[in-house]
Amino acid sequence: MRMGQGSQSPPPRPSPVEGEGEVVAPSNVTPPPLRGREGWGVSRRALAALWRTAPLLLLALAWEGAPRLGLVAPSALPPLSAVLQAWTGLLLGGDLVSNGASSLVNLVVGLGGGVLAGTAAGLLMAWYAPIEIVVHPLIRCLYPLPKSALIPVLILWFGIGALSKIAAIFIGCLLPVTIAAYNGARGVDETLIWSALASGASRRRVLWEIVLPAAMPEILAGTRTALGLSFILLVSSEFLIGHTGLGYLISFLGEGGVYDAMFAGVLTVAAFGFLADRAYLALMRRLLVWRQ
Amino acid sequence: MSGRGSLLPVLARGASLVTLVIAWEIAARAQLVSAFLLPAASSVAERILADAASGDVVRDLFLTLYRALAGFALAAAGGVALGIAIARIATVRWFFDPLVSIGMPMPKIAFLPVFMLWFGLFDGSKILLVAFSAIFPVIVAAWSATDAVDKFLIWSARSAGAGARRLLWEIVLPAALPQILTGLQVALPITLIVTIVCEMAMGGEGLGGSIMKDMRFADSPGVFAGIVEIAVAGAILVKAMEVLRRRLLVWHQEARG
Repeated sequence: MRMGQGSQSPPPRPSPVEGEGEVVAPSNVTPPPLRGREGWGVSRRALAALWRTAPLLLLALAWEGAPRLGLVAPSALPPLSAVLQAWTGLLLGGDLVSNGASSLVNLVVGLGGGVLAGTAAGLLMAWYAPIEIVVHPLIRCLYPLPKSALIPVLILWFGIGALSKIAAIFIGCLLPVTIAAYNGARGVDETLIWSALASGASRRRVLWEIVLPAAMPEILAGTRTALGLSFILLVSSEFLIGHTGLGYLISFLGEGGVYDAMFAGVLTVAAFGFLADRAYLALMRRLLVWRQ
Repeated sequence: MSGRGSLLPVLARGASLVTLVIAWEIAARAQLVSAFLLPAASSVAERILADAASGDVVRDLFLTLYRALAGFALAAAGGVALGIAIARIATVRWFFDPLVSIGMPMPKIAFLPVFMLWFGLFDGSKILLVAFSAIFPVIVAAWSATDAVDKFLIWSARSAGAGARRLLWEIVLPAALPQILTGLQVALPITLIVTIVCEMAMGGEGLGGSIMKDMRFADSPGVFAGIVEIAVAGAILVKAMEVLRRRLLVWHQEARG
């Protein structure tokens, strides 16, 4: 970070008045070779990044080397280069794109629906006592049930199409978000609510303008849990249901013994899950900027 | 937890479940929904009793709990050891930091075909996949818990002559225990989800396997009975974990609430 300050646009002449709190070098001492130091900083940062990712590179090297040196059977672990080649093949052949698109649609619809419905359910439960009394025991009952157990019944109800997968993801995401929204809404500072009500705001407006924003951090945290679960349920349901999706692609390739492509599929799903979580974290940080 | 004075809300809560079951029974009997899609609650209950009488439930429950708990135990032991090592040893941290931060959000279930390829179709591969899926939250919990242990505690124990081993067993582990247990509580539901999926995808009996078999035979009372049985298994495990937590943390402030 300290390096970052130097690298931002040509530095304005530092005057002692600005930069309060930090020690500012007198302007006549400002070192002219700042550019050089900055370059040094960049390469040092690159070096640090290399050092951080070195374990991954080592692992990749071991993955490539072990089957080539005969330490493990290439049928059990195809060398990384073969896996990457198979990945390119899957991509160019269109398998990755068509199955990936199908997975993505199911994930987005199921997760989005689950988050919206869960937020609504949690807020309403916290806000209206009768709803709480009816819904809370159902949630406590459903909570310890591993949601993957519902996949067979969803197949009975909705067949082996996309609807079953979406329903599985929806139900899986519903509960963590509901509980998060409920806890968040119950934790709202009551004086805020009272003062809003006293100044004449309707209960609906208070719910919308005070309770929802105050519960937002917990809802967003619950959504992150739901995101992780949604991937588990997506892949599980694709293993078990129908003939599309990345999960299906992986298990199909595995059953067919095309192991380099199977590993390529597994890596793709793993990368999707990882990147989705990272993107969500970045989004969450942006959404919660107002809290700092 | 709920005081004795709050009987009415408890009754009201119970009533909502009872009403739901009655509504389910009526809807099924009145043929509002076909019996295939929604078998009557009573026929599901009968089925559960029949399964229990024939011993099928006991066998399946035992298999599922065995796989889930064996995987959980592996994840707990490995995760705690690795988490503490990551927090205390720089080389270990250097190696595992990127792996953990990538592995944590990754959907581990995608590795199911890989585990099938490497470890076969039987208990071994299921247990290992369960452990692999559940270990990451434990590692992260143990890591951050160890990092958060009061430095003065460690320094004073060390200056009082405690060796590395005693420091670990008598200072670090107890101080990190509450947060480690929270990590284990996160990991537990994951073990169940993955166990059930493994049994569904690989077969080999168990609650997940038998529910999938019932689904293939379009035996809907069997499917619903299976869901109830799995829910009961889940409830038992979650409850057991809560009890364990209270037992282990008797000495801790949180137990005095």
